Amino acid sequence: MTENSLDTAGRQAAADQAGGARATAAGPGGVGADGRDGTPSSTVVKPPTGGGRPPRPTLGRRAVTFADSLWRPALVLAVFFAAWWFVAAREYVPNYLVPTPGQVWETMTTQWSELARHTVVTLYETVLGFVLAAALGLVTAVAIAYSRTLDKALYPIVLFAQVIPKIAIAPLLVVWFGLGLTPKIILAVLIAFFPVVISGVAGLRSTDPELLDLAATMGAGPWRTFRKIRFPNALPHLMAGLKVAVTLAVVGAVVGEFVGASEGLGYVLLLANGNLDAPLLFADLILMSAIGIVLFVLVEIAEALLIPWHASRRAGVSLTTS
Amino acid sequence: MTAAPAATGTAIGMSGLTVRFTTRRSQTTALDDVSLDIEPGEFVTIVGPSGCGKSTLLKIVAGLVKPTSGDVSLLERPVRGPQKEIGFVFQKAALLEWRGARANILLQAEMRGMDRAQAARRADELIEMTGLTGFEKALPHELSGGMQQRVALCRALLHSPPVLLMDEPFGALDALTREQMNAELHRIWRETGTTVVLVTHSIAEAVFLGTRVVVMSPRPGRIIRTFPVELPAHRDYAQVMSDPRFDRLATDLRGLLGSAAANH
Repeated sequence: MTENSLDTAGRQAAADQAGGARATAAGPGGVGADGRDGTPSSTVVKPPTGGGRPPRPTLGRRAVTFADSLWRPALVLAVFFAAWWFVAAREYVPNYLVPTPGQVWETMTTQWSELARHTVVTLYETVLGFVLAAALGLVTAVAIAYSRTLDKALYPIVLFAQVIPKIAIAPLLVVWFGLGLTPKIILAVLIAFFPVVISGVAGLRSTDPELLDLAATMGAGPWRTFRKIRFPNALPHLMAGLKVAVTLAVVGAVVGEFVGASEGLGYVLLLANGNLDAPLLFADLILMSAIGIVLFVLVEIAEALLIPWHASRRAGVSLTTS
Repeated sequence: MTAAPAATGTAIGMSGLTVRFTTRRSQTTALDDVSLDIEPGEFVTIVGPSGCGKSTLLKIVAGLVKPTSGDVSLLERPVRGPQKEIGFVFQKAALLEWRGARANILLQAEMRGMDRAQAARRADELIEMTGLTGFEKALPHELSGGMQQRVALCRALLHSPPVLLMDEPFGALDALTREQMNAELHRIWRETGTTVVLVTHSIAEAVFLGTRVVVMSPRPGRIIRTFPVELPAHRDYAQVMSDPRFDRLATDLRGLLGSAAANH
């Protein structure tokens, strides 16, 4: 009995943790709580009479749901731009500090080919850093979750890698690896690695002990148990960690470019700052944020495809009462 | 009515099982010198207050917990490490959230590397037998507690284990569903001839299902007494409830459990 309630408490804590991670993930990404959480009951599918799974919504219905999930963030953005335009156009703030949206748009269109090239560079560093961080983080999480010895051995290193200020070691990385892409990717990995490890370990450890007992009586080896039970069970936690990680990877790449680079959005930002070119600076900031948002949304889509069964992704409909 | 598996001798043998847990401050004895032999095809129910080590006993038989001292054998072989010749059902259904009912049942086959086609046929049989037809694809969260427990039961029976271990399988269900599940389990036991050991808090459940009822004392868990159940092999829930033999045994059990708790 106590065993059961303890387990429930543990799961609850794990779920809370995941919820926290989701919230922080939504913060820097700028996608305010992903809109779906606030979807009204109109999208709840009717329970079928004959049992089985609810039918797939029609295309029209999905379009309505999509539009419904979009209007709130769209409205917030519109208000934000209107306020920006108002402040800048009336020159409540000097124009060389805050340009108008029109000026920024003009800069973006006239210098598009140049900006696009730098965006691709930063995007490349971010994606590569994120993928490496996800892979390394997952492997580390598995090692920590499975082995007490590795847990004790690796945790201090992981924690050390996290608490050391990445901005402070960026110059060192440039000295070691030069001005190329390597130091940026390493920084992105270092920054994005930690949330993946923490969420992965939490996920792998949240497996119901009774399921593991069951697996033992089924005579399955550790690999099968991992593949069929522990890994899928860890996915909800892991996806929350990956959402945090992907937004952090952008930070890593840009910080790397600040310290020493000849291309990338971070490099452009320093140039624009030095020239007091506010429109370019703003255009650059918008592109950086766009990278983060697009990557975050991609991870969200992956999450929706991978764990449609999870409580965080479904409407609470019960089919049976008996 | 399939006969019990042609095994001779005991299905489960326990002798002198003792389990002690050592915590930082103290040592608790969970089980104290438990000996019990179970014949093939028997349905043994174990009743006792919470914390008397009933669940630990099942885990020892399954090879999931090592006793401090004593011997266990399953199908005449000593138990060392997790056993494969069993089906295990817990109080929680412990289903995989991301799998439909049928896929959850088939987990057993996948983990064991059983023949796919054969396992699928068997799964469909069990789904029909337990009334899960129409819910094959339903995810656990779409199923009621009773339905979930049916899925868990099917999963435990998929590989036709000679021994089925059940740890308060219906403890979390409402009274009506519980009665229904009892009747179903009784029918399944008659049809499969599996040896069943079921741990429960419910005296009615223990008497209705068991061919033998084992009563355990509060911690440290000991076997106080064993009662044979003198009821027909083929039981109907309503009939059994109004049977005077049921009443007598239930009253005896209640008295015994009451005094055991009072003496403690």
